This record gives sequence, C-alpha cells and structure tokens, in this order.
Amino acid sequence: MRRGLTWFNVTAIVLGFAFLYIPILLLVVYSFNASRLVTVWAGFSTQWYWALLENEQLIDAAWVTLRIAFFSSLVSTVLGTMAALVLTRYGRFRGRTLFSGMIYAPLVMPEVITGLSLLLLFVAVNFDRGFWTVLLAHITFTMCFVAVVVQSRLVTFDRTLEEAALDLGCPPFRTFFSITLPLILPAVVSGFMLAFTLSLDDLVIASFTTGPGATTLPMRIYSQVRLGVTPEINAVCTILIAIVTVVVIIASIVTKRAESLRQAEERAALQG
Amino acid sequence: MPMAGEKGRGRLFVIAVPYLWLLALFLAPFLIVFKISLSQDAVAQPPYTPLLDFSQGWAGFVDFLSGLSFDNYLYVLDFSNEFIEAYGSSLVIASISTLLLLLVGYPIAYAMARAPRSIQPTLLMLVILPFWTSFLIRVYAWIGILSPEGLLNQGLMALGVIDEPLEILNTDIAVYIGIVYSYLPFMVLPLYSALEKLDETLLEAAADLGCPPTKAFWTITFPLSLPGVAAGALLCFIPAVGEFVIPDLLGGSNTLMIGKSLWTEFTVNRSWTVSSAVAVLLLLVLVIPIVIYQNIQQRELEAGK
Repeated sequence: MRRGLTWFNVTAIVLGFAFLYIPILLLVVYSFNASRLVTVWAGFSTQWYWALLENEQLIDAAWVTLRIAFFSSLVSTVLGTMAALVLTRYGRFRGRTLFSGMIYAPLVMPEVITGLSLLLLFVAVNFDRGFWTVLLAHITFTMCFVAVVVQSRLVTFDRTLEEAALDLGCPPFRTFFSITLPLILPAVVSGFMLAFTLSLDDLVIASFTTGPGATTLPMRIYSQVRLGVTPEINAVCTILIAIVTVVVIIASIVTKRAESLRQAEERAALQG
Repeated sequence: MPMAGEKGRGRLFVIAVPYLWLLALFLAPFLIVFKISLSQDAVAQPPYTPLLDFSQGWAGFVDFLSGLSFDNYLYVLDFSNEFIEAYGSSLVIASISTLLLLLVGYPIAYAMARAPRSIQPTLLMLVILPFWTSFLIRVYAWIGILSPEGLLNQGLMALGVIDEPLEILNTDIAVYIGIVYSYLPFMVLPLYSALEKLDETLLEAAADLGCPPTKAFWTITFPLSLPGVAAGALLCFIPAVGEFVIPDLLGGSNTLMIGKSLWTEFTVNRSWTVSSAVAVLLLLVLVIPIVIYQNIQQRELEAGK
C-alpha cells in the first residue's frame, strides 16, 4: 500500500473515529448529570454512582457476571488453545472438516439460535438451569473465538524451534510448555481477554440458558433499559467502560514490552 | 514410529477434548432443536411431547416416528403469521446494513492502510477498543441520542436546521444506525488486513504508465481487496440477519426481524416447538453464507502456512 494521506483519507479517519467515539463519550458525560432527565444538562454530580452502591440487585448481578466471565474464559482459553493446535498442527485426520466447521460456525451464528439450542439441550438432559448452565454456554461460544485468535498466531510461527526440540528427544508435552506456549502467550492472553469480555457482554445466550438466582448484569441492564434511559444505567455503563479501557490499554502495553524484550533477546542471541 | 504410543495418545487427547465438547454442546443441541421443531406443544414440563423414549424399545421408536409432525413448519410458513415477512425483512435490513457498512468502513480501512507505519498500531487499537466495550452499552447510548428530545434533535433544533424533532428512534433508520455502529469494527478489520497486504509496486507501475489514481483504485486496489470485502460483509451480514438486541431497543413495533420474532415466540407465546421451527428455518437461510464464510477462513488458514 502506498503511504501518505490525502485530505480524503484524513477526513475518513476523523469522521470514522468521531462516529465510533462520540456516542460513548456522551454516555459517560451524562452519567455525571445532576438531573434525572438524561437529556437535559443540570450541572455536575456524582450522585448516581453513590446510588449504585445501594442497589443490591445490581451488585449481585455484577458479582454473578464476573464469576461466570472469569471461570468460563479460563476453561475456554484451555479448550480454544487445544482447538487451535488441532487446526494448525495436526494436519488431516478423519472428521477434520466437521471440527473446523464447529469452530467457525459459532463465530457468526445468530445468538438467538445458540441460546435456544443450548437451553433445549439442558432441558432435554434435565440439567438444573442457573449459574452452571450459563457457564457451560459461555465456554462453548467463547472457545471458538479463542481458537481463532491463537490459531492466527500459530500459523505465523517459526516451527524450527519446536522441531529442534522434538528432534533432540524432548517429549511433545514438554515441548509445548517450554517452547510453544511461551511464544504464543500474547495470543493466548488476548484470547482469554476476548473470552472474558464476550462473556461479560452477553445478553441473549445468558437469557436463554439462565435459571433462578443467576441474573447477569447485562440482563439487569437490559430490563431497566427497556423502561427508558436513566442516569444510574449511564453510571453502570461508565464504570464498565472504564474497567475495559484500562485493562485493554495495560494489556497492550504489556504485550508490546514483551514483544520488544523478545526481539532484543533474539538480537542478542544472534550476536552472542 | 518408535514413539507412536505416547505421542499418539497425547495427540488423541488434544483432538478429543475440544472435539467432544463441541459435539456435545454445539452439534447435539441443533439435533435436539430439529427434533423439537417436529414435535407438538404439550401442557407439560418441558412443554412439548417427549423426545425418543428408548425404554420402550421398538414400540417407542414407532411412537416416535408417528409423533413427528410438520405442523410447526406449516404454521411458520403461513403468510398470516408474519414469520415469512420477518425473514424477508431481516434479509433486507441485513443486506442494506452490510452495504452501508462497506460504504462507511472502506474509506476508514483504506486510510488506515495508507497511514504511516508508526501510527498504524494506534489506529488499529482505536478501532478495536469500542468493540471491547459492551454491545448492549453501545446500543443503549444511541437511545439517548436519537430520541425525540434526544441530543441529536436538540442539536439540530439549536442550529435551526429543523423546527420540530425528527422521528428516528423506533424506526428502521435507527436499526440501520445501530447495526452500522455496532458492527463497524468487524467490517474495518478484514478490509484493513486485505488492503495492508497490497503490493505497492503495482500502484507505482500503474502511475508510471500514466494511469490516473481513480482508475488505478478501481482496476487494482479494489479487486485485490475483494477477499477482505467478502470476509467483512459475511462477518456482518450473517449475525445481522438474526439480530435481536438492536431491533428490540432501537426499532419500532413495526420493525420485523426474525431474531425478535423468535424471542417473542419463545418468551411471550411460550411455544418451544414453533421457536425451534423458526430457528431451523433461519439456519437454512443462513447455511450458504456460513459455508462460504468457512471456506474463506479455511483458505486464509492455508495461505498463512
């Protein structure tokens, strides 16, 4: 691609980013509004944030959501990494087409279908719906996203190190943990984060698969949003946006550091 | 091979665990949906006539076959029940949104690919960042902007562009805005990765031979970016057809989309059998685009090796 920006390019970027960010910024600004009317500015106030602390339903829901997001993304990172290895390292085996189909289909599958089908499965096998069913549902749909992220790292990966270790008699299991895993770690970490935010975010699949006592934060937000825009919801959303932004920025700095450290080590090793 | 024993077992384990998980929790549920779509509603818990009953042996199997019925499909395909219209209007809304996404996303991706290498990672992160913030939050943000007393109408009235508020919220226009806004990163990223790989010497050669930039764009850049266009379009189109949250929160009562119909059928009418039939038909509508999408992904994977 030729470098250099024309006025047209700069305008496209500026307008594009304005479109992406202005709605979020307005939401954040109006969470500090003193008025209950969300669209009329009546001065700065943090009262809606204090009101949240007394909203026990919301805090309960947040706690349920965080636990589900943490445990489901932990399991789905392991399963997704295994699936990525199968797709990139294991060549052809019987049933491979079906396997890759089951990895890619959930990425685009409408959530209403995934949610309904999982619910009907849990009912058919008589599994009590609640925390555990949402957890299983989230592992299933997020592991495919992890698989795709890790797989894209594995295909651009220099295999000579792995092959050298295997040739020298290192067992495959140890080769994976001492060579492959450290090299693909940034992708595994971003897979984990992606799974975590997808789980944190999910409304439709959780609504289908949940049961008594496991109402997640998006479900609470959704039922309140249907009744109209309120400053409390703006405040909840602002807190979520802040957490996600901080985590993403820290993660990108950490991976960048790790990457440049690795490059420096490689250079040193070559000169060594 | 001398080490086949241990290696073979390890390999089998790594394949089997995710494979069995997906068979049990992704494929098996579809078979159950299919079965229930052929059952009849029953006043029971669960509210449908039972699945195959193995304890009855052969008689149970005969019962199972005679219990199959296409009534739910006939119900869904009956024009008076609005499902057909909902399928049609979902496809129309998703197609128009995908086209709008291409028109909005292409110039952004193109400009990102042309930007200096040093700022490209930052631009990339700025496109991805909104995707990390909740989908629900981003849709919700538009309610406050588009409502009759919302910020957009206030702004336009203050500027004197309009005299009375525009009706945007609860119309199809709001649904288009919502879909374009929420899916934009999914369109920009594949386009960017296709454009970024483009060999710049081709454009230089065209320019040296006197080809004007616009013509060079249409004869070189655009055709070479088509894999990115296809990936981005499918990545947006397929989930948009089944979208539920956006038409529910931003659309009006006459916005028909099949995801919303399925949800209503399930939560309000509580007919599990009809919702299953709706899901099976939706999957049939989407199976061709899904297969094309998988082939593109597969080819990307092969190309990366």
